[in-house]
Amino acid sequence: MEFYLVQALNGLASASSLFLVASGLSIIFGVTRIVNFAHGSFYMLGAYIAYTLVQVLPPGAAGYWAAVLGAALAVGLIGAAVELLLLRRIYRAPELFQLLATFGLVLVVADLVLMIWGPEDLLGPRAPGLRGSVMILGEPFPTYELFMIALGPLVLGGLWVLFHRTRWGTLVRAATEDREMVGALGVNEAWLFTSVFVLGSFLAGLGGAVQLPREAVNHTMDLHIIAEVFVVVVVGGMGSILGAFLAAVLISELNAFGILIFPEITLVLVFLIMAAVLIFRPWGLLGRPEGPPRAPAGEHEPPLRLLGRGFLYFCLAVLAAAAVLPHLLPTYYIRIACEVLISALFAASLGFMMTVGGMASFGHAAYFGLGAYGAALAVTYAQVGTGLGLAAALGLGLAGAVLFGYFCVRLSGVYSAMLTLAFAQIVYAVLFQWYGITGGDNGLLGIWPSDWVSSPLAYYYLTLAVVAVSLFLLRRLAFAPFGYSLRAGRDSALRSEAIGIHVRRVRWVGFVIAGFFAAAAGGLFAFLKGSVFPDYSSIPVSVDSLVMVLLGGVQTLSGPIVGAGVYKVLEVFVNRYTEHWQLILGCVLVGLVILFPQGILGYLVGRFGRSGEEWRGVDGAPAGGRAA
Amino acid sequence: MLALQDVHTHYGLAHILSGVSMEVHRGEVVALLGRNGAGKTTTLKTVMGLVTPTSGAVRLGDEEITGRPPYRIARAGVGYVPEDRRIFTELTVRENLEVGRQPPREGCPVWTEDQVFELFPALAEMRDRLGGQMSGGEQQMLTIARTLMGNPAVILLDEPSEGLAPVIVEQMARAISELKREGLTVLLSEQNLPFCSAVSDRAYIIEKGVIRYEGPMHELLARPRVLEQYLSV
Repeated sequence: MEFYLVQALNGLASASSLFLVASGLSIIFGVTRIVNFAHGSFYMLGAYIAYTLVQVLPPGAAGYWAAVLGAALAVGLIGAAVELLLLRRIYRAPELFQLLATFGLVLVVADLVLMIWGPEDLLGPRAPGLRGSVMILGEPFPTYELFMIALGPLVLGGLWVLFHRTRWGTLVRAATEDREMVGALGVNEAWLFTSVFVLGSFLAGLGGAVQLPREAVNHTMDLHIIAEVFVVVVVGGMGSILGAFLAAVLISELNAFGILIFPEITLVLVFLIMAAVLIFRPWGLLGRPEGPPRAPAGEHEPPLRLLGRGFLYFCLAVLAAAAVLPHLLPTYYIRIACEVLISALFAASLGFMMTVGGMASFGHAAYFGLGAYGAALAVTYAQVGTGLGLAAALGLGLAGAVLFGYFCVRLSGVYSAMLTLAFAQIVYAVLFQWYGITGGDNGLLGIWPSDWVSSPLAYYYLTLAVVAVSLFLLRRLAFAPFGYSLRAGRDSALRSEAIGIHVRRVRWVGFVIAGFFAAAAGGLFAFLKGSVFPDYSSIPVSVDSLVMVLLGGVQTLSGPIVGAGVYKVLEVFVNRYTEHWQLILGCVLVGLVILFPQGILGYLVGRFGRSGEEWRGVDGAPAGGRAA
Repeated sequence: MLALQDVHTHYGLAHILSGVSMEVHRGEVVALLGRNGAGKTTTLKTVMGLVTPTSGAVRLGDEEITGRPPYRIARAGVGYVPEDRRIFTELTVRENLEVGRQPPREGCPVWTEDQVFELFPALAEMRDRLGGQMSGGEQQMLTIARTLMGNPAVILLDEPSEGLAPVIVEQMARAISELKREGLTVLLSEQNLPFCSAVSDRAYIIEKGVIRYEGPMHELLARPRVLEQYLSV
C-alpha cells in the first residue's frame, strides 16, 4: 500500500514538470495559433542554462535558485528574440510553413547545444535545502519530489490569477477568441503576442531548469519531451491550461503505475488513454470544438490538372533515363540513386495525403519505420525472401495506418497533425523499447535482399519498378472518383457531407493509402541498407518528408518528387563537407520561410502574376465581369 | 472630421470599393445606406484598417490614417462596432468592457464603466454574465458599450439594427441620439431606412462600391425614386 502511495506521488512530481512545459505550449498556441515545435528545445535550453549558471553562481541556496530563475528568464528572452525576429514575420503564412520555421529552430538549437555543451550527459547538483528525504508511511520520499508536486498546482494557480485578475490576462483571453477585434479596440496585438510568447518560453525554460536535480541533462531532451507535451496538450484540449494540468497528471500517473505492471509498453498505455479520450472528446478533456475552417477570402488554389499526352511522354522519358542511368554511374552512386527514388516515393505518399486530402502529418515516418521493420522482422524471424519481406512491410504499414488513421481523421488541422506526431513517437518508442523483438537501439542487422536482387544494379531496378508503379498508382488515385471525393472533402467538408460523401471515411482511406506507400518506401529502404533502426520512425525523418513536400510545392502532385530529388542530393553533398547538416538545414528552413512567407509557389505567383491587375482596375467591375 | 478620398478596395481579384469619397463632420450622424453586398461593411472596415485599400486616402481630422494597423487607428480616435458584434463570449460583460478601455482622449467625451451602464441599464444588471450567454440585443448593447470605453472621437456602427427585435431597435435609436448629444460623431451603415431617418443628419447611398447619392436625410426621404432605385428589395 505504502509503495503505491509513493508511486502515485512520483507520478504527481513528473506531472508538474510536464505541466510546466505543456501549459507554455498551450498558451502560445491559444493566442498565436502557432504550434511551437521548438518548445521542447526551449525546455532543453532551460536545463542546460541552469546547469551552467549553477556552476557560475556562488554555491548555496540563493545561488542555486537564482540559477533556476535566471535560466527560465534567459529562455524567456530567447523566446522574445524568436518571436520578434522570426515569428512576427510569418503569422500570416500557411500553418505548415510556421511549423517548418519552428522546426528549423529545433535543428539549429540542437546543433548549437552540441557545440556548446558537448554530447555527454551532464549531471547537475541537487537542490540545496531539498536534498534529503522525508518518511511517508514508512517509505523514504525525496524532498525535492515534494517540492515538484507543489510546484505544478502553484504555477496553475499563478496562471489562473494572471489570466483572470489582470488586464493583461483579460486581453490575452480576448485575443485567444478574436485577435482582430482586440486590435480594432486599440490594443497593440503585436506586443501582446510577444509577451505571451515570452511567458510560454519562460514556463518551458523553468520546466527544464527544475529538472536539473531529477535527471541528467542531455541533448535528446528536446524531442523526448515535445512528443509527450503534444499528447498532454491534445488530451487536455489545446489552449486549456487546466486541461493541460489534468492531462499531465493523468499521463504521469499512468506512466508511474504502468511501469510496474507492463514495464515495456508504458508509452503504448499512454496511447491507449489518448485514444480513449479522443474517441469520447475529440477536442480533449477541456478543449472546445472548433468550427469548420473557412478558406480566407479571395484565395483559392487552382484545381489539379489532368496532364495530357505531353506529360505522359515526359514521364516515359524520365523513366527511360532512370533505366539507363545506373549504367553510367559507379556503384556508390547507384545506391544514392536508390535512396533518391525511395525518398521520392516517401515524399509523394505524404504529398498525396496533403495535396489531395488536405491532411498534414507531422509523423509520416511512422509508416516508413513500420514498413522497414515489417520487412526486417519477416526476414529475421521467418527467413523470408525479398518479395515476402516487402509484402510484410506493406502489411505492417497498412495495419499501422488503419489503426492510427482512424483516430487522426477524427480531428482536423493542427490537432490531427499533432496526433500523427504522437503516434509516430509511439512507434519509435515501441521499436526502441521492445528490445527482445526489435533489438532496441541496436536495430536489426543483416536484412539483405535475396539472390535475384542482390547486386546493386538488380536492386536498383527493383526499386525503380516499385517506385514507378507506386507513383503511377498515386497519381491515378488522385484522378479517380475517390480522389475527387477526397478533394471535395478537403475544400469543404460541410458541402461534401451535404452531397452524400462520408468525409471521415474517405479521409481515413486517403490516410491509409499514404501510409501504405510510405511503408513500401520503408521496406525498400530496409533492404537497401541491410539494417533497420528505430530512428527510421523518428521526428527528423517525419520532418524530412515534410520538407521535401514543401520544397517541391504542396499544390502539385509531382512537386514532392522534385523536392525529394533536390533535398536528397543536397543532403548527400552537404554531409560530405560538414558535420553540421542539421544547423545548415535549420538555417535554410528558417530563411526559406522568412523570404517566402507565402511559400515558394505563392511567391512566384505574387512576383510574376502581376498582369492580372490591369484589367482589374479598368472599369471597377468585379472579377466576374471578365467573362462577358 | 472623417474623410474618405477616392478609396478603392479589393478582396483578392474582386473590386469591392471603386472610388468611394465621403465626409463625416464633427458631431454629425451620417448614414451609409445600401443593399446587401453594396460595400457598406467594406467601407467601414477600410476606415478601420481591417482591410487595406489599394488606393485612395482615409483622413481623421488632419491626420492621414490609411494603411495604419487597426490598433493605431483605434488609438487615433476611431471606434468600431462590427456587424456581427464579435463579443468575447468567454469573457464577462465587465471583462469585455475592460478590453475596450483606453485612456481618455483630449476633446472627446470620456466614458467610464458606470456611464456606459447608465446608457444601457440592461447591461448593468448582468455585469458578471459571460458574453456568450447574452441575447442578440444585449450583445449589441455590449459591443457599443465596449467601443465607447475607448473614448472615441468617431464611432463606426455597422448595421446596429440588424436582426434585433423592434423594441430593441428603438432603444438603439435612443442610444445613438444620446451619443450625438454627448458630442460623438457617428458613421452608421444601415439597410433599415426608418431607423436611419430617425437618427441621421445626412445620408450616402452606396451601390456596387460606388457612392450614388449624397444629401441631407430629409431630402433623401423626399425622393421616392432614389429610394426605390437603390434601396428597395
